[in-house]
Amino acid sequence: MTRHLLSCEDLTAEDAILILDTAKRLGELSTGPMRKLPTLRGRTVVNLFFEDSTRTRISFEAAAKRLSADVINFAAKGSSVEKGESLKDTAMTLEAMGADAVVIRHPASGAPYRLANAGWIGGSVINAGDGTHAHPTQALLDAYTMRDHLRGGTGDLQGLRVCIVGDILHSRVARSNVSLLTTLGADVTLVAPPTLLPIGVEEWPAKISYSLDDHLPETDALMMLRVQNERMNSAYFPSAREYSRRYGLTASRMSRMPEHSIVLHPGPINRGMEIASEVADSPRAVIIEQVRNGVITRMAVLYLLLGGSESGLGDLVDEEATA
Amino acid sequence: MTTWHIAGAQPLGGEPVDIVISDGIISAILPTGSTPATNSTLIEARGLIALPGLVDLHTHLREPGREDAETVESGCRAAALGGFTAVHAMANTDPVADSAGVVEQVWRLGQTAGLCDVHPVGAVTVGLQGERLAEIGAMADSAARVRIFSDDGHCVNDALLMRRALEYTKAFDGVVAQHAQEKRLTEGAQMHEGVVSSRLGLTGWPAVAEEAIIARDVLLAEHVDGRLHVCHVSTAGSVEIIRHAKARGVKVTAEVTPHHLMLTDDLVETYDPVYKVNPPLRTARDVVALRAALADGTIDAVATDHAPHPSESKDCEWAAASMGMLGLETALSVVIETMVNTGLMGWADVADRMSIRPARIGGLQGQGRPLAVGEPANLVLVDAGATWVVDPAAMASRSRNTPYRALTLPGRVVATIFRGRPTVLEGRLA
Amino acid sequence: MNLPAHRVVLDASDISRSVTRIAHEILEDSKGANDVVILGIPNRGVHLAHRIGGLIETFEGREIPVGSLDVTMFRDDLRRGKLRSLEPTNIPACGIEDRLVVLVDDVLYSGRTVRAALDALGEFGRPRAVRLAVLVDRGHRELPIRADFVGKNLPTSRSETIRVRLREVDDTDEVVLEATS
Repeated sequence: MTRHLLSCEDLTAEDAILILDTAKRLGELSTGPMRKLPTLRGRTVVNLFFEDSTRTRISFEAAAKRLSADVINFAAKGSSVEKGESLKDTAMTLEAMGADAVVIRHPASGAPYRLANAGWIGGSVINAGDGTHAHPTQALLDAYTMRDHLRGGTGDLQGLRVCIVGDILHSRVARSNVSLLTTLGADVTLVAPPTLLPIGVEEWPAKISYSLDDHLPETDALMMLRVQNERMNSAYFPSAREYSRRYGLTASRMSRMPEHSIVLHPGPINRGMEIASEVADSPRAVIIEQVRNGVITRMAVLYLLLGGSESGLGDLVDEEATA
Repeated sequence: MTTWHIAGAQPLGGEPVDIVISDGIISAILPTGSTPATNSTLIEARGLIALPGLVDLHTHLREPGREDAETVESGCRAAALGGFTAVHAMANTDPVADSAGVVEQVWRLGQTAGLCDVHPVGAVTVGLQGERLAEIGAMADSAARVRIFSDDGHCVNDALLMRRALEYTKAFDGVVAQHAQEKRLTEGAQMHEGVVSSRLGLTGWPAVAEEAIIARDVLLAEHVDGRLHVCHVSTAGSVEIIRHAKARGVKVTAEVTPHHLMLTDDLVETYDPVYKVNPPLRTARDVVALRAALADGTIDAVATDHAPHPSESKDCEWAAASMGMLGLETALSVVIETMVNTGLMGWADVADRMSIRPARIGGLQGQGRPLAVGEPANLVLVDAGATWVVDPAAMASRSRNTPYRALTLPGRVVATIFRGRPTVLEGRLA
Repeated sequence: MNLPAHRVVLDASDISRSVTRIAHEILEDSKGANDVVILGIPNRGVHLAHRIGGLIETFEGREIPVGSLDVTMFRDDLRRGKLRSLEPTNIPACGIEDRLVVLVDDVLYSGRTVRAALDALGEFGRPRAVRLAVLVDRGHRELPIRADFVGKNLPTSRSETIRVRLREVDDTDEVVLEATS
């Protein structure tokens, strides 16, 4: 049983499928004019954001509120790296407020592990992105979106061919996706210039390639990662134009992908950089669906961690128990 | 002065003898079972190994400036409990030990504590800034008689400055102890760069950043015929470079820390900053190479890099945490675990790597001497068969950042004798 | 020491007769079932709902909208037990607005599932009226709730367990009373 969601490595295939199935059920409950589900009434969820991420925070906030949890948004101005209040003192403040779950976004890799394991707090910890380490709910919503389009919305992702393109070195989205997608049986290929692949990547359960063009015809789902502005200034590649020419997804590149294939992007997108406008606006791009799926996936995680007397990940009761 | 009669100790693990100490020197070595003189105090040492007092080339005592983490006095207590009779206090204090005034202050604090010899290390460059040489000669001529110079914590990156330091220290047989870390390759580095860092998303500290500097420095040392000492060697590649340089006759010596002999980078998976250290924990392959190099003498010495930090510097997220681990009170046990119990080294080798050679590198008089009549009475008695569980709260250091917390380690220091006087008896400060 | 006593209280033909009777009663109550939507509560309520809907379709010769409604998220006892997995919710395309909704479950006991179902319905619209059909009513209500259509009233003690088995999932049709003393 896992009380926290810190990394996709913590999830078995059964856990992951349970989360995706739960998200699907929650989607069925929210087809119409969605009102609040009373499930987490009286529970307090704290969004502890040490990094600006309006998108992720809003998604978690919507998820928690739809489950009727009380939501406290705690935007910490600076982490202890910048000599603000220490993570420990912040955590203990939240504990005193009675947080049942802390959703944490932090620029330092591993900060959610410290929150969960240092003995500062008692509630569940959900990693909403830590440094360049992990972003498990993003991977879950990506897997949900792929399963929905390419596997009829059920089961695992056995044999699905997924390409993740861009700054793998600094991407928590890539790390979490490699872990989750391979747990679910997908075949993952990472495409990037060699400077944006970490030393040690050869040990990951993924194929490595330096050429996007080689893989387009054999890709079911293509995930384009955002290229951060600061990378362009640190000699990871010669120029934005050169990157875009070699690794950007243009309409002509997309035309070489199979008919059924989809294009994902964790957002926010850099139009004209890693993805051309006409691609982003094409029906194959499921970027807006990813946003919608983000809310139900996060609802599923919150429900599974907080809904019962104990966490439901890793151990689930038979629904026959009470009639 | 009191006379001590140590009964039944085994020098370097050899046959048991009685060692008599008076007036600060070993006055007699007698067959075991000899009757103690009436005015002497008996120290029962049957089954204990006797080694020359340990000498640490690399200790951070934090005073002046960070007395909340450690003081010269508390660090010396930790040293004595660890079996040390001499330590070298690193220069990265506040103010930096880059002048005769500061090194003399540290030296006097050590004299006052009286638990072991404290030899200040002088900074190579003013304020450890790597810009211009500190007054190395003044520190050498001061009461502290500094012989080791190091910007430890920082690398002397400027090749010309490093060359000058290696040249200048020749005037008084000094040595430059380099913290080998190429600056640009380690910007923001958090842990060893490899498979584990790739998974954990922590910025990598590549082995090549250490090896490139060592390679440059041995060439510089060869060119100017200066003495280079390489601090905390941590990679298999560094070992190869040093081995090669020694074969060419370069005046290079090297040290390895106990933690690099035992711990590996996969411990970082907990994100517990108690494992954050510089240079970082490396891979199992590096550990094997370091052990082999220490055993064959390519690496000359074990040095603790004892680096105390207050709890708030470790009770935080990884990136915000300070680098460093305690080492003085666990060093000998870790060496027994990794080198003796594995059969890689005998007790004479332990004495050589933890006392004799470090004393020679530091140019120390009266330390690292044989256990023989007429020699200064600096020695340690070790119960090699005992085991103990590391309890951070029980440590003499002011800080608690030991990576061995709750581990069971072999070997207990029963007694430490410093200049003829026990500083530790029955495992406790005397 | 006594072994648990198992007693078949409804066999396949009893169940078949009960379901048929309920279908007739719904037809009669709704005066032809013109605006009826039947929603089963997972798991076995859904299978019963499809049986009832199928019978009404046979009687009337036209399609009756049948769906499922998972009530888990609306339960008031979630935190008292281990986590429950969610089951499919499938509201027929016609929706439930101004319809006569017949909720179908296998066993009526405390009434808490039905209360949760009434809340869950609110997510999808405002029915004209809501009726409740159950195969077995075993008593011990904890809320002021009653069934409109009952296959069999079965007085039980709280220590007993009712097991409904349906051929769609259990390969057999029967209701078993299990008692441990």
